[in-house]
Amino acid sequence: MIAHRAGRAIRVTEFLADVERLAAALGPSGHVLNACADRYHFAVGFAATLLRGKASVLPPTRTPAMMRQLAGFAPDIVCLTDDADCDIPLPRMAYPLPAAPSPRRAGNGAAHVVPQIEAGQLAAYVFTSGSTGTPVPYRKSFGHLVRCLHEGAWRLGIHDGAPCAIAATVPPQHMYGFESSVLLPLLTGAILSAERPFYPADIVAVMDALPRPRALVTTPVHLRALLGAGLALPPADLVVCSTAPLAQALAREAEQRFGTRLLEIYGSTETGQIATRQPTRGPEWQLWPNVSLSLEGGVTWASGGHVEQRTRMWDVLETTGGGRFLLHGRVSDLVNIAGKRSSLAYLNHQLNSIPGVEDGAFFHSEDSTASAAGVARVGACVVAPGLDAAQLLAALRERIDPAFLPRPLLFVGRLPRNATGKLPQEALRSLASAQLKAATA
Amino acid sequence: MSDKLAPLRQPASPAGTDALTGEVARLIVAALNLDIAAADIDPDRPLYGEGLGLDSIDILEIALVVSKQYGVQLRADSEENERTFGSLRQLVDYIIAHRTK
Repeated sequence: MIAHRAGRAIRVTEFLADVERLAAALGPSGHVLNACADRYHFAVGFAATLLRGKASVLPPTRTPAMMRQLAGFAPDIVCLTDDADCDIPLPRMAYPLPAAPSPRRAGNGAAHVVPQIEAGQLAAYVFTSGSTGTPVPYRKSFGHLVRCLHEGAWRLGIHDGAPCAIAATVPPQHMYGFESSVLLPLLTGAILSAERPFYPADIVAVMDALPRPRALVTTPVHLRALLGAGLALPPADLVVCSTAPLAQALAREAEQRFGTRLLEIYGSTETGQIATRQPTRGPEWQLWPNVSLSLEGGVTWASGGHVEQRTRMWDVLETTGGGRFLLHGRVSDLVNIAGKRSSLAYLNHQLNSIPGVEDGAFFHSEDSTASAAGVARVGACVVAPGLDAAQLLAALRERIDPAFLPRPLLFVGRLPRNATGKLPQEALRSLASAQLKAATA
Repeated sequence: MSDKLAPLRQPASPAGTDALTGEVARLIVAALNLDIAAADIDPDRPLYGEGLGLDSIDILEIALVVSKQYGVQLRADSEENERTFGSLRQLVDYIIAHRTK
């Protein structure tokens, strides 16, 4: 079995038949934006794209601005989608293909040959928000992905023994979901679960339907909702969490209620996953064996192993020897909301490029409970006498991912710039809280 | 069948529905720290995306408070389907139909 979908096991032969059929149907375009929501469809799309020597393109967001950028980045790009109502403004190809052969015919246990892919072949482009604004593409070669995930399977303890079925609450297009819920099954013999459960009751139902051993790949946001929902949790054999550090208490409760260990993964879109820890055992992260961190002028860089180019890390990291490190939070400019990354500089640039905005700035709204759950929001103060909130939000929605829409959004007469013209975060927060108090008084 | 096992809920009166709508609106505003008054949420406008501008993180937060307050577990086939509970009115109707407390 390679995948599990709607209660049915999918064998490797059936998967390979689906991949070959789609590969044959892909046109001449060299770039495929894989927008499939069903994880099995996504996996077939990824493998077919690879088989044809094309590159999968995985944008972090689907805002109109991002789609326009993609069309410029790869003018031949085609969007593979399993959503009949897909409104991505690029040439589209629907999946599944019409009149697929019946599942009965495939998967009959006949001998199959797994295609071989060159290690150096370009497999995917992933994008990160550069600190200056425009998302920057990163190349992921197949060999580096394989190398990363083989170590990952070993780290998670699922490299041998019975194949582990992996349910995931994260989308396959996000780097963490791509690695842990798609590549881990395809490259290391685990079992992919096609569903993407959202509500706590959905997660429980999907887990219940999977054979054991089984794992849940999730985030602090989903885990917090799941643990708080008052449901009986199905026993699991592994819980994996990433995108933001998980509060100790949540990690402990998850381990108790699932009856297994919880491991956190640390990584970034550029580097992929590079470290793990079991938070109930201690705060230190253990790096992948050939990956190393170096500190230069207050900035931490990652290199070696599957990290294809020396990469700046946007967190404050302290190395503690033996390939271990401590994570001390984000670099102050960075914004990370549920695994979506941006920077205050980028958000400010977008805000100030809106016609009618005279001045404006985003700030971290320091809500400690939200921070602990990895969902601390950003707020913004803006000087825009001719605009109302609805107009401004509509313009922002065109430019930035909805997770970064400001909350609160405050219209002010002027920003609290200091004598040197700088705008301290604390001054913005004070201004915002004073204005909110005045509004509710 | 014993009376004790019969559902406790009764068909909601229009006044009861209005009261519950106000209560759920206040829960949403408090849970999400929204800087608007509960009464300003239009029951028929979308909660998600355009309209009130909530995203999937907020929807999970709403699911959490609704499960605690009313014993209702929201369900969806996929994240796209969370719009089943697109408006405050739809959410309230769902709570009335499924509440256990």
